[in-house]
Amino acid sequence: MERHDRVKNDRTKVGALAGGATARDGFDRRTLLRAGIFVAGIAGIGSGIAQAAESIGADAPEWMKAPGRSFSTYGVPSKWQEKVQRAIAFPPGRPGTGSSRTPLHLLEGTITPNGLHFERHHNGVPDIDPSRHELVIHGLVKRPLAFSVETIMRYPMESQIHFVECSGNSGSFNQPEPQQTTAGGLNGLLSCSEWTGVRLATLLGEAEVTREAKWVVAEGGDAAAMSRSVPLEKCLDDAMIALYQNGEAIRPEQGYPMRLLLPGFEGNMNVKWLRRLKVMDQPVNARDETAHYTELMPNGKARQYMFLQGVKSAIIKPSFGMNMKGPGSYEVSGLAWSGSGRISKVEVSADGGKSWAVAALTAPVLSKALTRFRLAWQWDGRPSTLMSRATDEKGEVQPTRSAWVSQYSPVQFYHFNGIQGWRIEADGTVKHVYV
Amino acid sequence: MFMFRIFLPATALCLISSVCEAQHPNLGRPLTPEEISKLDITVAPDGSGLPAGSGSVSAGANVYSEKCQSCHGARGQGGPQDQLTGGVGTIASEKPVKTPVSYWPSATTIFDYVRRAMPLQSPQSLTNDEVYAVTAYILSIDKIVPEDAVLDAKSLPQVKMPNRDGFVRWWPVPKR
Repeated sequence: MERHDRVKNDRTKVGALAGGATARDGFDRRTLLRAGIFVAGIAGIGSGIAQAAESIGADAPEWMKAPGRSFSTYGVPSKWQEKVQRAIAFPPGRPGTGSSRTPLHLLEGTITPNGLHFERHHNGVPDIDPSRHELVIHGLVKRPLAFSVETIMRYPMESQIHFVECSGNSGSFNQPEPQQTTAGGLNGLLSCSEWTGVRLATLLGEAEVTREAKWVVAEGGDAAAMSRSVPLEKCLDDAMIALYQNGEAIRPEQGYPMRLLLPGFEGNMNVKWLRRLKVMDQPVNARDETAHYTELMPNGKARQYMFLQGVKSAIIKPSFGMNMKGPGSYEVSGLAWSGSGRISKVEVSADGGKSWAVAALTAPVLSKALTRFRLAWQWDGRPSTLMSRATDEKGEVQPTRSAWVSQYSPVQFYHFNGIQGWRIEADGTVKHVYV
Repeated sequence: MFMFRIFLPATALCLISSVCEAQHPNLGRPLTPEEISKLDITVAPDGSGLPAGSGSVSAGANVYSEKCQSCHGARGQGGPQDQLTGGVGTIASEKPVKTPVSYWPSATTIFDYVRRAMPLQSPQSLTNDEVYAVTAYILSIDKIVPEDAVLDAKSLPQVKMPNRDGFVRWWPVPKR
């Protein structure tokens, strides 16, 4: 009973605070709190008089006046959040070969909800029966081995928070005109999760790779049998056979029952539905490392086997579609990440790059993970251009868009990591601009 | 050589404790060469991994018109899906046309990719002979191989692709 009363009292206070918050601004937070309690005192006296004639809930919202719904076996977001969805795009006639983007502009923090992790498939999402799935390791090994899902689950596991970014993310920045779309529309082939699984080095150690071994060709169990060449060095470093994502079994779209996770390497190499690892002395020029994900330069030569995702950042708030509500205080926030390690600094400019301020990085700042940056901003109502520039712990600095574009053939769009900009017009609209 | 740096300390640990048993549960099921040969569809540019069998340009033309043309168009162009032929010599231009023939450095990639992933609606349904044949047909359109070519495990890796020298390997990452 006593506990129940305490809860009731707290609720009264919360209601009073909400009433206090409607007051004109100009108060600091502490003043507002005191004023709220003061109002509560007066309201308490007033309602005591009125209660004789009227039920106390007369002005309460309907969800406080009837029992809520019962429990659910697997929760889903509020119906008021139904617009928070992935944006799907695929070529005509090939519903299984496109992508869906994470709505970064509708999310906060750094961890992507599992149902909103971006997708890129090459012939649909397979429906794999885990009891019939094995991971095979063969090639330049002393002992070729097969591991069932049940077997791998018995190995020592670890958890790591890492981003996965498609090599084609932000590819529209190669276009001559800036695409007018949301921050998620521009950069949403990017997500970040806590991945749990078994170190690949442990399994390779048991198979015993031979001295000639230099590469590992990974193959997925999908209808494209998607395959990529991975340097052995990476496989013996921080590569993981990931089984869980944010605490639950990896979703089918992310590779159920297991995927290869190569922290900081381009998304395509993190082979989903992983079924086979062939240890070799050479890479294989797989279709996705020749047709795609290479870097074509103006002289016709292309860089191949460029795996590391460059240091990069994007302002998410404000961005296209989030118009300003008049001059005043705003928080500028966004995401920064690097395939080479931790983010060491994010600078923000509100004057198109003439001056820069250092943003706060929200802890924890993890290696090869999304990092949230924030900066309080007093907008004076004049047209402004917001930009962000990230630096990683290796000292790599995000390049300008023009410096990035000038390195490449006009058709090159993979691995874009240039500086991005948003133009705030005097009427508060937010436009995508090149800076 | 770097692998020895990683494995030696682990071996040393095994000598002094039972920790290594927990680190290496050794639960993998040993595979026989027969099991591996059924699974292994990886083909390298030097031809390793290519299966027995062969296919001619003319046989490939039949496979192509039956199983590929509706998506990729007559002679690899003008279909609703990816262009497969043409574009040779355009890669260094302002408007590069990247096709398997104009851009891919090794002919083995066409074999490897078709065998594992094509046709889109029924992947891995072709025979090895059909994959050799359709590879030969695609390469014949831009005269990369002659009309009477027959491709097999020996001849396919010797095909000289127009852009074979077009790639600069970026791993290990070059020092600046």
